[in-house]
Amino acid sequence: MTECKAIASVGLLVLMSACTNFHEIPVDTPLTPKLDVSGFQRILVAGFVAGGTDDVDANLETARLLRSQLRTNSSLDVIAAEVIELKAIAEEQADFVTPRDAESTAPEGATSNTPDDAEQDGEGDSEELSEEDLEAYEHIFSDASYWQQLGEEYQNPLIVTGTIHFAPYERSGMVSREREVYDSLGRRRVVPVRTYQERRGFVLSPTFIFIDGRTGATLYTARHREEILYDASRNTPALSSYFELMDRLLPSFLGTLSAETIRGTRVLLR
Amino acid sequence: MVLRTILLVGLLAAVTAGVHADDRSDAQAQVDFGIAVAQKGLWREAIYRWERASMIDSRYAAAWNNLGIGYEHEGEFDTARDAYEKALDLEPNNLMIQQNYDLFREINDRVQSNR
Repeated sequence: MTECKAIASVGLLVLMSACTNFHEIPVDTPLTPKLDVSGFQRILVAGFVAGGTDDVDANLETARLLRSQLRTNSSLDVIAAEVIELKAIAEEQADFVTPRDAESTAPEGATSNTPDDAEQDGEGDSEELSEEDLEAYEHIFSDASYWQQLGEEYQNPLIVTGTIHFAPYERSGMVSREREVYDSLGRRRVVPVRTYQERRGFVLSPTFIFIDGRTGATLYTARHREEILYDASRNTPALSSYFELMDRLLPSFLGTLSAETIRGTRVLLR
Repeated sequence: MVLRTILLVGLLAAVTAGVHADDRSDAQAQVDFGIAVAQKGLWREAIYRWERASMIDSRYAAAWNNLGIGYEHEGEFDTARDAYEKALDLEPNNLMIQQNYDLFREINDRVQSNR
């Protein structure tokens, strides 16, 4: 008995002395922003070329969401302005070729297309744009004079723009899930079971482009892709899925402009 | 003669060990002070103390480990990496240093991918 006590007390002593040899400490690791915004006082979330489902106005919703996030998470003044219909502006530009035309360009050469032509063809804004289609609109982001002009209008802010594609998505296949089973004695067990499941959801692919309003030059481009899938029987509104997906990539968007800190713990040693 | 040599070597070894022990205890005092101030949020002072500790006794893994943490806290990722790696060179089997280093690398990789 006394031997046991002695061993226990020695063990405790060793444990105590070992414990004092390290100290857990919270650490806030700072991450510097990807973009130096010290030269800007204002930020304009101009608008986006949006494609995909019509259930959500991705241009308007994205501009609204980013503006509200920037108001609380950035030191820049967020300009409250009308959200620009960039898609229409890109289509008005002389060198614009609709995605459909680009695919079926005649051997004689490419022809430019105006919005009127598109209407005559029976193809217009009502048709959902795919991710590939959006590429035809990207020329607007390299139009420095357009952005410079916009910058002058709003006292040379940092401009946020880009493309957003938000569309329904389906994926079926084998998924692993847990199932309760009871044996002959009535004991409950949980076993993994692989079943075929049809799943539906949405995919969000935004490209954020940061433009210097003083020069019209692109400073930084960030591409993201997030998807969410639900059981096919579940009917989730497109807008709520949109916000769920945007929530995931907001930290990365905000980290472009303002410093982030990552909280963790480390062990200091003696 | 042989006896004298043995005595001399023994004496030298004892003196050297004494010097090492002194170095370690001086370094440990610096490390302890660094821990105390880091716990109060005074990270620059803590780093200064751990730097001194690592200068006094360059084989003191704890000092290098703590330096790694201090530099990491200040966002000095390159120096933090060097400090952690030095600590691991000295004590490759120390799981706490390894854990700190793994957590650091996770963040550092994120920083590198952002650049």
